[in-house]
Amino acid sequence: MHPLAETIQVRFPDGFVSAQEWRGDLAVTVKREALHAIGRFLKDDPAMACDYMVLVSSVDWPDEEERFEVVYEVYSIRHRHRIRVKTRVPEHDCYVDSLTDIWPGADFMEREVFDMMGIRFNNHPDMRRILMPDDFPEGYPLRKDFPLQGKGWRDTFDFLNEGAAS
Amino acid sequence: MAHLEDQRETIYKVDPANPETKDLPILRTEELLLNMGPQHPATHGVLKVILDLEGERITKSTVVMGFLHRGVEKLAEYGTYHQFIPHTDRLDYVCAMYNNFAYCRAVEKLMNVTVPERAEYLRTIVAEVQRIIGHLFWLGTQALDIGAMTVFFYTFRDREILLDWFDELCGARLTTSWYRIGGVERDFTDSLETKIRDFLAYFPPKIDEYVVFLEKNRIWLARTVGVAVISAEDALGYGLSGPTLRGSGVDYDLRKYESYGAYPKCEFSVPVGKNGDTYDRYWIRIEEMRESIKIIQQCMDQMPEEGPVMADVPSVTLPPKNRVFTNLESMIQQFKLFSQGFDAPPGEIYCGTEAHKGELGFYIVSTGGGKPYRLKIRSPSFIHMGAFDYMAKGYMIADAVTIFGSYDIVMGECDR
Repeated sequence: MHPLAETIQVRFPDGFVSAQEWRGDLAVTVKREALHAIGRFLKDDPAMACDYMVLVSSVDWPDEEERFEVVYEVYSIRHRHRIRVKTRVPEHDCYVDSLTDIWPGADFMEREVFDMMGIRFNNHPDMRRILMPDDFPEGYPLRKDFPLQGKGWRDTFDFLNEGAAS
Repeated sequence: MAHLEDQRETIYKVDPANPETKDLPILRTEELLLNMGPQHPATHGVLKVILDLEGERITKSTVVMGFLHRGVEKLAEYGTYHQFIPHTDRLDYVCAMYNNFAYCRAVEKLMNVTVPERAEYLRTIVAEVQRIIGHLFWLGTQALDIGAMTVFFYTFRDREILLDWFDELCGARLTTSWYRIGGVERDFTDSLETKIRDFLAYFPPKIDEYVVFLEKNRIWLARTVGVAVISAEDALGYGLSGPTLRGSGVDYDLRKYESYGAYPKCEFSVPVGKNGDTYDRYWIRIEEMRESIKIIQQCMDQMPEEGPVMADVPSVTLPPKNRVFTNLESMIQQFKLFSQGFDAPPGEIYCGTEAHKGELGFYIVSTGGGKPYRLKIRSPSFIHMGAFDYMAKGYMIADAVTIFGSYDIVMGECDR
């Protein structure tokens, strides 16, 4: 196992689930209860020192019991290593602890995850939609059960009758 | 008239700290809510910012975005890997080449494809030309926003030369789609090589010309020096990258940190600022243009004269166009790649590329098959806007324009 993953496993034996290494990328899957503590550890521990917030993303696996996956990618400028931290969330209890207090840049990216995938973040300062309109009624567009064409909201819009204008 | 006089007197007399005036009505003050955008000439697209003002100082700003959201990430899940390349043009539409580059690199990492040497050089040259275009565009529009109009004409004059060069290279000025997975679409012609060499001789004195316009301009200095300062620690926490981060003194540049393309074979330096203000971010972009010229020069000199420009991995890369029309196998290969796509291995990768705005990354999850299962774009403009509220606090309304101008935002990339 990658030494960084080993460190996390030793430090958080209960929260650690698994680690994968593929094409040079290290991904660590953790339990969501431990996510915030592990995030704090990654930021503050001098051996980790992951001070740079790269990305927050999410993946939908509709056939699995814990349907959603939240992905954080962090980078250490000092040690030049990157770690991808992933956690799983079931659909009926779609909450993750926000990491905004550790990396303030997570604010907008977590809002985007909420907007696109419907995963809510506890203790987030401003949990609103960000790209879709606030009154968007069709749910969460990046979920796999959302059709590419949308669910018909647009058909209810009043369009100008272009033929009548001339 | 007497009534007005009274009022004026009241206003002047009111002093809440002074007990003698406690019976007088207290002057009403309130925070003003100012709605800036979504159609504003300085927002670089359709962006709305709601500013809470105290006098002319910003106390809080709420960014409202998404007006240009086209669901690119959703569209990616419904097309093959090759079909997504033209979509990347429309992310950051002023610098399409770098988006193509970042995306193709990510897919090459997923497919484990190595690009031939000449193609690596061609890619690096075009990417650096694109960086110069991006910085010229930024410099012209930022100066225009701040009130120095002349620079705009000069930078756009030189940008035009490079866009015409792109036109000759791939037939398009902005939406280029010239990069391919595993290489590039076509090689340089002799005319293109001559033109880029002419440009290398022409351009460096022009940079000095822009600098003359700005570095002794009192208005430019007053509006950039010490405006929108962000410390290195905060900038990292907010995920800023590119010149915006380097202005704060962090030398994070993926061309050096995780070198790719022909960058490891070139000598160049990464300019780093000290103060983290708008002026440093401007200075870095000027210096980066000079470094880009150096990189292009070195690539032109070191590049192998001949060689393939596309990796030879028939299961992934496209066949040369002239073979498609004369050779049956190549035609089948082309047809299969565009109708079914190639079979990607299951797994997930993240690949970041140093675009001129910052780190443009693609996170791709594959479950096998010809289409990405999930494709996430880490766009620097979006992440930079996340720091806007923090950076704008305490500055004037006019500085708001300077601040998001200094991120070099393009809303096509921000909203995706």
